[in-house]
Amino acid sequence: MSTSEQAAAPPRPDGAAAGRGPSAARRRTLRRRRWSWSVAAYVLVLPAAVFYIAFVLVPIVRSVQYSMYRWDGIRPATWAGFANYVEVFNNATLVGSILNAFELILYFSIVPVVIGLFAANLIRAIATSRLATVARTVLFLPQVIPLVAAGIMWTWQLSTDGMVNQLMKLVGLGGLTRAWLGDTQTALPAVGVIGAWVQLGLCLLLLLAGMTKIDPALYEAARIDGAGPVREFFSITLPSLRQEIAVALTVTVISALASFDIIYISTQGGPANSTLVPGLQIYYLAFFEREIGTASALAIVLMVLVLLVVLPMQRILRGRDG
Amino acid sequence: MRPLAVAGVLLASAFAVTACAPPGGTAAPEQSERPDFADGAPTCGDEDVELSMYAETGFPLPSVLAEEFTEQYPNVTFDIREDQFAVLTQNAPRVLQDSPPDLMRLPQMSELASGGLLMDLDPYAEAFGWTDWPESQLEQLRVDDEGRRGDGPLYGMGLNFSMTGVFYNTALAEQIGMTQAPRTLEEFDGYLQAAKDAGITPIAQFNGGATGGLLFPLQGLMASYGETAPINDWIYQKADATIDTDANLAAAEHLQRWVEAGYFAPDVNSMDYSQMMSRFIGGESLFIFSGDWESGNLDTQMPGGAGFFLMPPLEEGGAQGAMSAPLTYGISAFAENPDCAAFFFDWVATDEQARTITVEVGGSHPMGPANAFMPEVAEGSVTEATLKAGTAINEQNGAMDFIANATGGIYAQSWTPNVQRLVAGEVEAAELLSAVQADYENELAD
Repeated sequence: MSTSEQAAAPPRPDGAAAGRGPSAARRRTLRRRRWSWSVAAYVLVLPAAVFYIAFVLVPIVRSVQYSMYRWDGIRPATWAGFANYVEVFNNATLVGSILNAFELILYFSIVPVVIGLFAANLIRAIATSRLATVARTVLFLPQVIPLVAAGIMWTWQLSTDGMVNQLMKLVGLGGLTRAWLGDTQTALPAVGVIGAWVQLGLCLLLLLAGMTKIDPALYEAARIDGAGPVREFFSITLPSLRQEIAVALTVTVISALASFDIIYISTQGGPANSTLVPGLQIYYLAFFEREIGTASALAIVLMVLVLLVVLPMQRILRGRDG
Repeated sequence: MRPLAVAGVLLASAFAVTACAPPGGTAAPEQSERPDFADGAPTCGDEDVELSMYAETGFPLPSVLAEEFTEQYPNVTFDIREDQFAVLTQNAPRVLQDSPPDLMRLPQMSELASGGLLMDLDPYAEAFGWTDWPESQLEQLRVDDEGRRGDGPLYGMGLNFSMTGVFYNTALAEQIGMTQAPRTLEEFDGYLQAAKDAGITPIAQFNGGATGGLLFPLQGLMASYGETAPINDWIYQKADATIDTDANLAAAEHLQRWVEAGYFAPDVNSMDYSQMMSRFIGGESLFIFSGDWESGNLDTQMPGGAGFFLMPPLEEGGAQGAMSAPLTYGISAFAENPDCAAFFFDWVATDEQARTITVEVGGSHPMGPANAFMPEVAEGSVTEATLKAGTAINEQNGAMDFIANATGGIYAQSWTPNVQRLVAGEVEAAELLSAVQADYENELAD
């Protein structure tokens, strides 16, 4: 409460509170007004909160509950304590699926952010030409294509007589051609390529938006000081994009760890579990093996892993700004 | 700390909303009463009846049968809902209980039966005389109270029973000098090599994703090298049954030799079922391993261009076996019209018109008595070849269930990754069998 308000407060008729800040009546009015404001705020938030509790928190709590039981989804469940969690960490297939998800971070996050940085930098340099618009549209296109369609399209491109192998034959690399999604050594990187292709558009758009906020005077000053494009990039562009890189990495890392659709369409986790990821494994466990408890435990482990990776990353990348 | 406090409050509210009773503990709805047919076999009656059917997308047989049934019994109409097999598998427990269909295409059924979701069809079997049919037709549909199949009450019925073997492209076969089906495994090997030498892909077989299609040739080879009864014992989870036997090892080694000789398409580990079919129909491979459910399709798509034979025995005239399973349908334990649904099952197996549809549309052998009516089929067609093969398997008692059906998770979690590893050269035949046996024992111990 400001001093001017206190000074402007009319003296109480009985003069009891004169000279001691706002009168009790005024305080009561203010308190009442503040209270009605907060009530109004809570009422406005209530519908969203109810939905959030019903469709986000209750399912999470239910999953935690289910993860403590051995349950086939039909008959009454039996208490299992932490046995399902022990199973998640002791079962080589389940651990393998978690490791695959971490490997996918390289393809779903690192590759598109790095390529996105270069592409955005190039597009910024030619911002006024029509080519920049074309490049932006072309690179963003994968983002608007449904992941299922992207998966199907790439399955064709990566097949033995698909475009990838045909191009390789054309440039004399015929000896290296293979069924990229059917080889245990190449299936995960091949799925990663699809992911990188899809994520690139989002990363590019975020980074381009970030670049428009950079003051052009900074580049001018750098140029006067004799800085080249590389120096400009590392000294001005990259530090200024910290926030955008943090957002891009957060979103793509989550999609790598929680990936499902691209993999379900292109490989279904095969061959020989080489592309199995927790999202897919949860689906198989819950709906095909009817091990709801283990599936829930893996889902909770996945959620914790995502938080463990994303939260520190946010803190590091946002730095002082955060 | 404020965000934490808010999160705490929200989580506490979520806990409050969530009842803490163990899942699955709620009482199931009332099951339909066990039927009593003192006055003869049940019928659909004269009143209007609407049978609800939950069928599998891509198979026209059930709806064609339903149309014919309505034609013959106008008071009965059908409300048919279709989904893919994977969706049926996911939905089965909930659908059987929450919106119980009168007729439902069943996925792996032992858990559904032992979970009390399916109607015990034994009273109907007695009333309609299904008990007089060859027992091998119904054996796979019996589930005991511990969830083991092969014995116990009848919980399902087949709209037909299908059987697997080898389809071949007659034009390509002629090209390599194969004028008749191979009589021994050695002769078959010779044709495979001849195709490879002629630059023809010997076998296009699906084995990609979550579908271990190499189990088709593997199980065929198992039947050539050994008896089928121990394989069925293993599938039905009989005590001490094992898949890791000498005969099965010889079969797996034979399959490994085929892989190493390059008889399968190089992208076998990424090929799905529809790719396999389109390549075969497109004349891109000499052989595929599949089932008689494709007979009608192949007769339409490449008339006179395809043939069928059972996996050949080791020695000429030796015993043969084949994967053979009913196209399983069940009645929900909570179904509204179970009597009419059971009458429909009986009609499918005994009515001449229904049996004709089963053969012509479904391409497979109808269920029913051994001496029942069989429709004429076009001479030289694949359907004729598969029906003949079905009769041969029946006579030799060589029918086996699918080794992928042994437990709920064995197909996706064990067989499929292991046969894919065999293709990738990452496991040997012996390791394949011991790994699957270990997974099987693990799953049964749970």
